[in-house]
Amino acid sequence: MDAVFSNFDDYLKAFGLTIGLFVVAGIASLVWGTILAVLRVGPISILNKAAALYVTLFRNTPLLMIFIFMAIAMPVLGYNFKFVEDVEIGGYNVSAFFFRSCIALTLYTSAFVCEAMRSGVNAVPLGQAEAGRAIGLTFAQSMQLVVLPQAARAIIPPMTSVLIALIKNTSVAAAFGMAEAVATMKALTNNNADQRTGIFLAFAVGYIIIVEVVALASYAVERKVRVAR
Amino acid sequence: MTAQESTPVSAGRGEPLVVLSGVQKHFGQLHALKDIELSVARGEVVVVIGPSGSGKSTLCRAINRLETIDEGTITLDGQPLPQEGKALAALRAEVGMVFQSFNLFAHKTILENVTLGPIKVRGMKKEEAEKQARELLDRVGVGHQAEKYPAQLSGGQQQRVAIARALAMEPKVMLFDEPTSALDPEMIKEVLDVMVDLAQQGMTMVVVTHEMGFARTAADRVVFMADGAIIEENTPEEFFTNPTSDRAKDFLGKILKH
Ligand SMILES: Nc1ncnc2c1ncn2[C@@H]1O[C@H](COP(=O)(O)OP(=O)(O)OP(=O)(O)O)[C@@H](O)[C@H]1O
Ligand SMILES: [Mg+2]
Repeated sequence: MDAVFSNFDDYLKAFGLTIGLFVVAGIASLVWGTILAVLRVGPISILNKAAALYVTLFRNTPLLMIFIFMAIAMPVLGYNFKFVEDVEIGGYNVSAFFFRSCIALTLYTSAFVCEAMRSGVNAVPLGQAEAGRAIGLTFAQSMQLVVLPQAARAIIPPMTSVLIALIKNTSVAAAFGMAEAVATMKALTNNNADQRTGIFLAFAVGYIIIVEVVALASYAVERKVRVAR
Repeated sequence: MTAQESTPVSAGRGEPLVVLSGVQKHFGQLHALKDIELSVARGEVVVVIGPSGSGKSTLCRAINRLETIDEGTITLDGQPLPQEGKALAALRAEVGMVFQSFNLFAHKTILENVTLGPIKVRGMKKEEAEKQARELLDRVGVGHQAEKYPAQLSGGQQQRVAIARALAMEPKVMLFDEPTSALDPEMIKEVLDVMVDLAQQGMTMVVVTHEMGFARTAADRVVFMADGAIIEENTPEEFFTNPTSDRAKDFLGKILKH
């Protein structure tokens, strides 16, 4: 374990990157996945089908493939997203690779977010949306004011699983040379083969802490949005 | 005498407010509405009656376009129903609807249920909407329940709130789809009383119900449907004592027996 403490800076940086990937890709996935879910249940048939196709495509493609596509194929096609490296946020430069990793994670995770949302929306009785429309709410208003607030309760448990999977999926970025948690762990174990178990435990604990924070936050939200029926 | 030959009972009551003409609706193979001709005058109360599956709900839902139609036209106050989007939402705001299963917004208080439409659709100020809502809730007799959630109210109270919610939009016409069918007998009266009041105040109403007491007290006209078609229409008195079609005689025989 000494290796972890003597390289504690790297350890923290690594988890910082893991958390960074999680937060950025998580927020983007929630936004994009919600849009997809609304398109799927919305009144326009062609958009229903397009969103369904998207979900089928990305839910059934291994994340690694999407990463390979973003990391290798996109730069070859001329999309390397180098421009993001000129952007400075709070003193840090975003690396193009971080950006591409976030896109890959978002493309993949949003498909699961969409399905979690949809199952939640389906748990709200149809009469609720009809009553909303009957008093003159538009489709968007009845979604926003009537259906989604009630769907929230049913959405939170599957959404928590999706987000936890995302935390762990950030490690795929390691395979592409990002010094996030798993990549840093590998580097440390290579240099300190005798401390393998300790290093491994230290990183496992790091993941457990992040996952538990997400899980606890989700319980808190779940309690808040409880609806009596 | 058939519906086509009889003079409209509502003649002189006011100009037509809701007009359905040549309306056809299919659910796959099923012909759910067959060439419906129906005109409801301003201030008129029409009771729609008929066996289960005859298309009463579909007719009601078509009037505010919760159900689309295949052919024919439906106009409200001379305007054809818009297809989709904002214009349709605006039309629905003019048509109040009360459902068999109440459908109060489960995550909102009674007061919020009534103020949501006025605030979000009409752009009314919150204080004003709440004042109006409290008056309406008092009028339907649930004013003291304003801060509760729907699940905490009895069915009869919930249905009266649903009526208040619809009234808050100041609709031109109110549609009721079997508003008392899900209620225990002792609660039916409290809802019907509110509806009779509304009728007496001149509200235009289309009411799907098997409550003959209500039809006799409040209705100007009874429309009898079977198999998706309007078979017969008449004043309540005439319809219940002298039904002309065999389908209506048969149906009345069944519901009068118990
Ligand atoms: N969404 C739907 N999809 C397919 N068929 C439907 C749908 N809604 C209604 N139907 C069918 O259309 C017919 C008319 O239904 P509707 O609900 O209008 O009857 P109703 O007169 O209101 O009957 P009830 O007294 O049982 O409420 C029925 O045969 C019903 O099964
Ligand atoms: Mg019905």
